[in-house]
Amino acid sequence: MAYIIPLLIIIVFALALKNRVPVYQTFIEGVEEGLKTVAAIFPALVAILAAAAMLRESGGADLLARLLAPLTSRVGIPSEILPLILIRPLSGGGSIGLLTDVVKNYGAGSTAARTACILCASTETTFYTIMVYFRRTKVQYTKRVLAAAVLGDIAGVLCAAWLGKINF
Amino acid sequence: MNYIWSGIIIFSFVLAIFGSNVLDVLTAGLDGAAQSAEVLFSFAGIMCFWSGILKVAEESGAAGACEKLLSPVIRRLFPKVDDRRNITLNIIANILGMGNAATPAGVKAMTELDKLNGEKPHPSHEMCRFAVMNTASLQVLPTTVIGILTACGSREPFSVVPCIWISSIVSLSVALCAETFLSKRRERSWHT
Repeated sequence: MAYIIPLLIIIVFALALKNRVPVYQTFIEGVEEGLKTVAAIFPALVAILAAAAMLRESGGADLLARLLAPLTSRVGIPSEILPLILIRPLSGGGSIGLLTDVVKNYGAGSTAARTACILCASTETTFYTIMVYFRRTKVQYTKRVLAAAVLGDIAGVLCAAWLGKINF
Repeated sequence: MNYIWSGIIIFSFVLAIFGSNVLDVLTAGLDGAAQSAEVLFSFAGIMCFWSGILKVAEESGAAGACEKLLSPVIRRLFPKVDDRRNITLNIIANILGMGNAATPAGVKAMTELDKLNGEKPHPSHEMCRFAVMNTASLQVLPTTVIGILTACGSREPFSVVPCIWISSIVSLSVALCAETFLSKRRERSWHT
């Protein structure tokens, strides 16, 4: 893994230079776009990190985790990431906020953090995406799409839990 | 999201009143808000760096190479569609992690598929398949996750990437199979 990324960057840069792409300017443009994404995330991050901290401090997080523990322990999902699983299909910014919260509080090397990372990066904001994609069409019945997409998400969650646990 | 967020805040305060640690909870909330700025600044640079690299990849002609690689796959997935340009563009943008480019192309592709479907209230198999491909993540380089891991002191933020690929492939395959199964079943029930 340590060599793949640098190699890819070398290939991309060589290709870009060969095709006479202004590499530096293009990079700067990309950074600008990234900055817009970051700015768009910020409001949700404030909302979620504040709410998550309050929920933990008040003991609400423990309470919820204890209530749902029988459900999660059976399939091997760390109870720390339950809120993340519930928010993930609804809000992109919200899930980034919760992911940050998990990684910060349980440590970047913990099973919970690894599972959360795999989960976040291998699934999408399913409900939001379906809403946006079908908004301009005349389609009224999206039950079939939702069912298939949610099944995929569940598979992703279980797979992330398993991969986070075996930790390879 | 509206109810969930408000619910969390109200729930926390109610619990705090019962546990008589209202001030602690309020401070924790403000701390959380303060942390959000810290965290954002710590991963903003990393995320911007990767989106710069990805932009170079997009312009370098690597996207064209991806298109050549992908076109047989896309042809097989959408055999009834003549103009697959927007579908291809959407999928490549998703793979490269350019959400800003993926959505416009995706919405355009979806309206084209809608016309092909005769603008019926029930979506076609192709429309469902395309939507499902967008609700499963195809991103090759998860820049946000890598940014967060690096910002939180991970020494090997790339070590989760292979796991992410495996998990992505599993969830995408399950979603595609489920969609195909559900569509087939619906067609059959229509014919009988």
